[in-house]
Formats: sequence, structure tokens, C-alpha cells
Amino acid sequence: MNELFTVPVLLGILYSGVRLATPYLYAALGEMFAQRSGVVNLGVDGIMLMGAFAAFFVVSNTGNLLLGVLAAMLVGLLMGLIMSFVSVNLQAEQGISGIGLYLFGLGLSSLLFKKLSVSTRAIEGFPALPIPVLSDLPEIGDVFFKHNILVYIAFALVPVAAFVLNHTTLGLKVRAAGMKPEAADSLGVSVARVRYLCVTFGSMMAGLAGASLSIGLINLFQENMTSGLGFIAVALVYFGGWTPLGVMIGALLFSMVNALQLWVQVKAIPIPSDLAVMLPYILTIAALVLGRRARQPAALSKPFSRGEN
Amino acid sequence: MTLLPTGRARIDELRMVGITKRFPGVLANDGVDFDVRAGEIHALLGENGAGKSTLMRQLYGLYKPDAGEIRLNGAARRFNSPSDAIHAGIGMIHQHFMLVPALTVAENVALGLASSRGPLLDLDRVSKRIEELGERYHLKVQPDAQVWQLSVGEQQRVEILKALYRGAALLALDEPTAVLTPQEVGEFFKVLRRMAEDGHALIFISHKLHEVIDISHRVTVMRDGKVVATHPTAGSTRERLAGEMVGRPILLEYDKPPVPAAAANEVPRLEVEDLHVRGDRGRDALRGVSLSIRSGEILGIAGVSGNGQRELAEALTGLRRVTRGRVRVNGRDLTHATPQQRIAAGQSAIPEERMKDGVVRDFSVSENLILQDHGHAPYSRAGFLNTRAITRDCAALVKDYSVKTPALETPTKNLSGGNIQKLILARELARKPTLLICAQPTRGVDIGASEYIHQRLLEQRQRGMATLLISEDLDELMALSDRIAVMYEGRLMAVLDRADATPAKLGLLMAGVAA
Repeated sequence: MNELFTVPVLLGILYSGVRLATPYLYAALGEMFAQRSGVVNLGVDGIMLMGAFAAFFVVSNTGNLLLGVLAAMLVGLLMGLIMSFVSVNLQAEQGISGIGLYLFGLGLSSLLFKKLSVSTRAIEGFPALPIPVLSDLPEIGDVFFKHNILVYIAFALVPVAAFVLNHTTLGLKVRAAGMKPEAADSLGVSVARVRYLCVTFGSMMAGLAGASLSIGLINLFQENMTSGLGFIAVALVYFGGWTPLGVMIGALLFSMVNALQLWVQVKAIPIPSDLAVMLPYILTIAALVLGRRARQPAALSKPFSRGEN
Repeated sequence: MTLLPTGRARIDELRMVGITKRFPGVLANDGVDFDVRAGEIHALLGENGAGKSTLMRQLYGLYKPDAGEIRLNGAARRFNSPSDAIHAGIGMIHQHFMLVPALTVAENVALGLASSRGPLLDLDRVSKRIEELGERYHLKVQPDAQVWQLSVGEQQRVEILKALYRGAALLALDEPTAVLTPQEVGEFFKVLRRMAEDGHALIFISHKLHEVIDISHRVTVMRDGKVVATHPTAGSTRERLAGEMVGRPILLEYDKPPVPAAAANEVPRLEVEDLHVRGDRGRDALRGVSLSIRSGEILGIAGVSGNGQRELAEALTGLRRVTRGRVRVNGRDLTHATPQQRIAAGQSAIPEERMKDGVVRDFSVSENLILQDHGHAPYSRAGFLNTRAITRDCAALVKDYSVKTPALETPTKNLSGGNIQKLILARELARKPTLLICAQPTRGVDIGASEYIHQRLLEQRQRGMATLLISEDLDELMALSDRIAVMYEGRLMAVLDRADATPAKLGLLMAGVAA
């Protein structure tokens, strides 16, 4: 046990925790916008897989990382439009259609991976980008300021998201659409447009989250490589009480536990490894049970229509 | 062009001509003509389903008319969405407030408006303007308060401020007084008169006759999607307006003989002592309610909704656990009895939420009629339903209580509110109860059916049934009750004899002011 709690190991866990939080952050911040506008998108994991595949495919063929990111976001955009159409226009049950989208993404990414004979070798992903001066700080510099660009952007998005939500006219429309769409509608706000925007943006973020895995963290693509990460991201939105800061705290907590779990295995600490792997998920359930449901957008997952036939 | 104090142009005349709107199976508006002028309060009167709200929703761009024309100051206009209507200077106060409870007043007002700071919110500026408008129209409200913290009356002020802020020159108010106490109605009417004097055009939609007579200059009466009359309000009586609404003469006041003096050894039908129950959120919803009702007496319970009336009805029908106190029915202790035991003891109930607690929506009329009695003869034997007996008795009940239904097999949800309420009444009164717990018996029910329901309740009173009548409709309470109790925050403020109960007195008590 003592082996685990040395300073270098703890710093290592912190470093990995920050790094691993990236895909959760992108996916959960995006999902938070969708949910604040009133739509639950359970397809996040499927979109992430498609995004991860698209980014990896483009990068392994062109070597252009930026193009990979754009490809992942484009895929996210398309899948977001599908989800928006199904939930806003067709007013489908969102839980079910989200799971459909997930299975679609899971299946299609695996199929394309096999059929397009994509390389199974690692690619050169985003390199670490130490921030001058800050990265020279003892200990802290290594933990926080020697990451790749996708990590920095993810964390920078947190205050941006909070600002957009709370201090812009668009953010006000989003909040109103998720809490009382009929009120927004009666003031001439197009609830459909707001929801389209949020769901599609959220899906683009999910695509980006996938890219951050396949060309930022692991630099590989494997079938079902997210192994449910997108669902955890949905849970983090609940855990975070639908606020960007809460989502970030949740993402960090979760990825820290994940990093800890990896270290436990690496260091061969005598805890059954199955138990260690379960740890993050147990945490998720505990977090959801203790979560602040009172903050849930009142019209979450309820389709809106004016009632005119 | 004449300007309003808000700086916007007046709407001198709005005219809706030949408006027709069809929904599948319903002609909601049939060639409706309606007009309102600057400075006028024009009441739009009609039963539920007469087509008032549909007409207004077309004015506000929520529905598109199938035929007809909307003219503003003589020019034909088309409104494809609420924002078109808002731009044209039309505002609407919806019956159910269109406010987002978790947002502040200023955020609710600013929602959907362009900001002076481009994409950024300018709530300080909005707040300042809200205060200016509030000053001018006596609509005081804290701009940074969250809407859920406000009283219903304050929320209504926010709704009006929202419309004024958007420069509404014409305001359509859909049943605006439904949720207000009598005092709040008085305040609200002052605001409306002020707005009319300033040159706003106001449409006041209601089915409350005395309010229409009190506030409006002209009145248009709608029935079954058509306009049946338009005339100045002055000189109209409630009876005349009611007759126009329903299409036949209507009784608004009932003759009822006084309750006979109590015999020395008479046991009250219902005795409640120091009743305490918890509300849904765990706080005490009833805090020591005591009352008693004699045979042949109707005790009315007045109060603003949410002061414990629902919990009282639930406690007395066995749907909510009593934490302290006693309930006796005909002398028997039924404090903790199940609904079944209460029914067996001669108690019936008309629940507040008829679609939720009164009937099973998807069941047929006859299934709903035997909902409580299906388990024993003559309706079933050894677990098998006796269809013949069911059909026979249900057909008789439907006829007796004039429930309008195409067939006994019709799903109950297809019936109108009034007919569903008659169905419940038939079921509950058929077993000749000695005590009836009756909540909001005519809410959302048209005047014709209301009159019918009232007559049946009075008939049962004559028979000796005791009634606890919970209602938010003061007219109903005054017309039926022998005594009226006022509930406020889980307690009875006072129990008045009907003769002493005036709307003013009741209003004060409802607001928690002891007499």
C-alpha cells in the first residue's frame, strides 16, 4: 500500500487525471448544452466512437491533425442533426432514440474500421505543448502545464460555457427552452432552433471528445474503444448539476479515480483488479444517487409542440 | 399617430373578420367577427370550448386561421408566429403563466429580446426599465427576484410587464383572474383601467360574469365557435350574459330551505378534531383543523389554492396519512381508515383532479361507473363480471344524470369535462352517501353542467347528506354553502354563517388577515 502513496506516484495520478479528464469534459460539456435546452442525447458514446474513428482515419491517411479534428467534428455535426431531427421534429422518445444512435455509431465505426483496412499501428498524435514559464513550476508545472493542446482547450471551454450560458441572450434562450419551452415560444423564441443548435453543438463536442482519445490520448483506434465513456459523460452532467463547473469537478474526480485504478494495477497492489476497475463506476452510481436532481431542467426530455394540428 | 406613455404607437382599432379555424372533428371558430379599440376593455365571454382561446391564439400568431382576416388600423395583417404579433404591438397574457420559474424577473422579461450589448445580456438596463414601467402602471416587482419566489399576483404583474416592455399597445388577457384572490383582482382591475385610460386596447377573456360586468366596456359572447352577441356592457345583468353563453335561461341563485335545527342527540355526520397531515414536501400541510358538519348541511371551504385544501380532502378520503387528530364519520372513528372502509361507512368523494383521481381515462364510461363496486354483486360473482347487470345499471345512471356519451363503451377521455364530472357524480351519489367530500366540483365545467351539478348536490342535501365543499370559486361557495370556512396555511381562519359571508370578508380571510 505504501508504494501507492509516494509523492511521485500521486503527482503521476494527478497528471493522468487531468489528461484523462479531457474526453469526459468535451463530451459532458456538449451534453450539458443539449440537456439545458431540454434534450437528453444518450447517443454520445456512439458519436464519440465515430469521431474517434474519423479523426484516426484522416490522420493516419493525411498526417494532418487539424484535419482529423475537423473530420471528427463534422461527423459529430451530422449525427447531431440526426438526433435533433428525431427528437425535435419527430418528437421521439429521447432515451430510446439516443440508444439507437449509440448502437448506430458503435456498429458503423467497427464496420468502417474493418472494411477500410485502417492501420492498427499508433499514429503521431498531438504532442505535449509545455506552457512557457508555468510548466517550469516545480511539481505543479508537470501536472498541469505539460499537456497537449486538446487538453488545454477542454479546460478553457469550462468558463466559456458558463459565460455563454449565464451572460448571453443565447444562453438565456437555452435555459428557457429547457425549463419552460412554452414560455420561450410565447415570446417568439424558436424552441426548435435552440434545441437543434444545442444538440448539434453537443454532438460536435462528442465527436471532438472521440478525437481527443484517438489522436490525443491513445493515438490508436480500436473497436468500442470508448467502452461506455460517453455514458459516463451523460452521468457527469447530472452529477455536475447541469453547470460547467460541476461537470468539470465531476470529470476530474472521475478521471482521478480512473488514474488511481490504473496505478493500482500497474504497481500490482494486492487489490483484486476487477474491484479496482469497478471503482469509477461505483463512484458514478453513488454520485448520481447523491446528485442534485432539483437542478434538473424542468422540460428535460420532453418534446415541445404548440398543440396545433 | 398617437403615442402611448410607453412610447409606442397606439392601435386605434383591431378587427378580426370572418375568422374560421378547424381542428380535426371540431369547428373551433366559425366566421367570427371581433373588434377592439384603443382605450377600450372588451370582454370576450364564453364557456370552455366556445372558441375564445382559439380566437386569441390566432391573433397572437400561435395558430393560423383557415379563413378570415385580421386588420390592424384598417390594414390586413398576417401573423405567422408570436414574434410577428409582438412586433405589431400585440401582447398576450396566457391563462397559465408563461414564466420560467427558475429565472429572475429581468431574465423573464429579456427572454427573446435583442440586447443593447449585442450577444451579451444587458440585465441592468432591463431592470431599470422594468422599474420605470412598474412605477407608471403600479406594477411594483423586484427585477432580480426569481419568479418562483413571487406570489401569484406578482407573477401576473411580471406577465403584464413583459408585454408592456415589448411595447404592447393591445393586450389580450386570457382568464387573468382565475388564480387571484378577490383583493388581488381589485388591484389588478385598477391596473387594467389605468392602461385603458392611457390608450391601450384590452381584450378581457373570462367566464366570470360579475368580473365582466365590473371591468368591461363592451362584451362579445361566444358559443360553440360562433359569436352570439356583441353589446355594451352597461345595463347587462349576470342572468342575461349567462343566458347568452348557454343559449337558455340559467339559474344563478338557488332557493334552498334552511338546515333544520339540530335534535338534542344528533350525531354530526363528520367531525374533525385537530387534524394534522404532512404535505408532499414533508412540511405540515394541515396544522390543527377542526370542523363538524351536520346532516343536510353544506360546509364550504374557501381559500387560495395550496393552503391545505387538497391535503384536507386527501386526509378525509384515506389517501394521505393523518399524523395527529381525529376524524369521525357518523360517530365512528375513521381517522386511519382505508378508502374502502370509508365507502362502506357511507362516504363518497368527488376528487379535485377528475382526470387523474376521478376516472381511468382509457376505461369506458360503464367501467368507470362501476370502478368502486365492481368487486361484488350484482356486478360480479366469483371474480367474473356480470355484463348484463353492469349494462343495465350503467344505462340507467347515464340517463339519470344526463351524461352525454355516444355509448357506454366510449372511452371516458373522449367526453367533455362537464360530462365526465356528471359521470363521477352519478357514481358517487348513486350509493346514497351520508357524507360527501367534494373538491372543485365545477372547475373547468361549463355553466350549464355546473348548474346541473349544483342542483344535484342540493337535492342530496335535502335528502340529509352532509357535504364538505372545497372550492376556489366564491360564487359557487356562496350559492351552495350553509356555512363557509376559510383556509389559510393549513388552518381554518374562521367559519362564517352564509349570511355573514361577503366576498370582501372572505377575501381578507383568504389573504390571512383575521377579521
